[in-house]
Amino acid sequence: MTQDKIVELVRHATKDVFGTMLGIELEDCEAKLDVTVPGPTEGVVALVGLAGQWAGSGTFCCSAESAKRVAGQLLMQEFKAIDDEVLDAIGEVTNMVLGNVKTALEEELGPMGLSIPTVIYGRNFTTRSVAKSRWTVVPFVCLGEVVEVHLCLAPGKEEVASLRAAKDQLSEVLTLLK
Amino acid sequence: MALDVMIVDDSAAIRKILHRVLVQADVPLGKVLEAGDGREALEKLKNSPVGLILSDINMPNMDGLELLGALKSQDSTKSVPVIMVTTEGSSSRVMEAVNLGASGYVRKPFTAEQIKEKLAGLI
Repeated sequence: MTQDKIVELVRHATKDVFGTMLGIELEDCEAKLDVTVPGPTEGVVALVGLAGQWAGSGTFCCSAESAKRVAGQLLMQEFKAIDDEVLDAIGEVTNMVLGNVKTALEEELGPMGLSIPTVIYGRNFTTRSVAKSRWTVVPFVCLGEVVEVHLCLAPGKEEVASLRAAKDQLSEVLTLLK
Repeated sequence: MALDVMIVDDSAAIRKILHRVLVQADVPLGKVLEAGDGREALEKLKNSPVGLILSDINMPNMDGLELLGALKSQDSTKSVPVIMVTTEGSSSRVMEAVNLGASGYVRKPFTAEQIKEKLAGLI
C-alpha cells in the first residue's frame, strides 16, 4: 500500500468522524513520514493497536485545549478541565477514526484486530515505539489548532516470509528469462 | 407504552450520545440501563429485562458478539431486538452479527437519522 493511499484513507476517516459526530469541518495540512514516533511532548495522546497479517499502531494527538473542545462538541457540553469524560471522548474519537481506517485497510491487507484505546494526558513526556517502521503523520486544522493522526504499519512475520518467498520466486523467473 | 432500553458500550461518551439520540427520536422511553461490557449487561438484565438493546462490538471482558450469542441462547432474552452500533465495518463481522441474530447494524460514526431508521422497523 502506498504512502499516498494511507494518507487518503486517514483523511477520509478522520473527516468523516469529525463531520458526522462533532459537526467540525477539518482542514488538511501537509502529511509527512517520520522515522521516530512523532508524538507531542504535552497534551493528549490516544493510542490503539492494530494486529493481523499487518500490524502496528495508530494515535490521535492534540493539545489539552483541543481535547476539551473536541469532547465538548461530541457531548454537547463545555469542559473547563481535562477529566475522565474528556479522555473517554478522545478515546472514542480515536477508536472511530482508526476503526474506520482499519476497515478500509482490510480490503488490501486482510483482516485486522483493533485494541481498546489507551489515552494519555500530561506535560513534558516522550513517546517511543520499538517498531522500526516509519510513521505516517496526517495533520489537520481543527477549530483553529493542529491535531494529528499517526499511523505505523508493518507486515507481520508470516507476511514477511510470504513476501520474501514471492521475491525469491520472482528472482528465479527473472534469472531464467535472462 | 414505555420501552425499557439497554445501551452497552465501553465508552461513556457513546452511551450518553445514544441516550440523547433515543430521546431525539421520540422513542417512548421507560428506564434506560447502561453497561460497559457484555458481562455487565448480562448481569443487569437478570434483574431488569428490557425491550431493546443497543450494543458495541469491541469491548473488554465480553465483546458484543459474545453478548449477542448469550442473549440469543437464553429464553428470557432471545426475542429482544439487538442493534449493533460499532466501528467494526468489515463484511465478515457484519455477517457474524447477522448470523447470531442481530436485528440491525449501525456503523460509527453515525447520524441520529441512521439510528432512528433502524429503530423505526423495530418499535
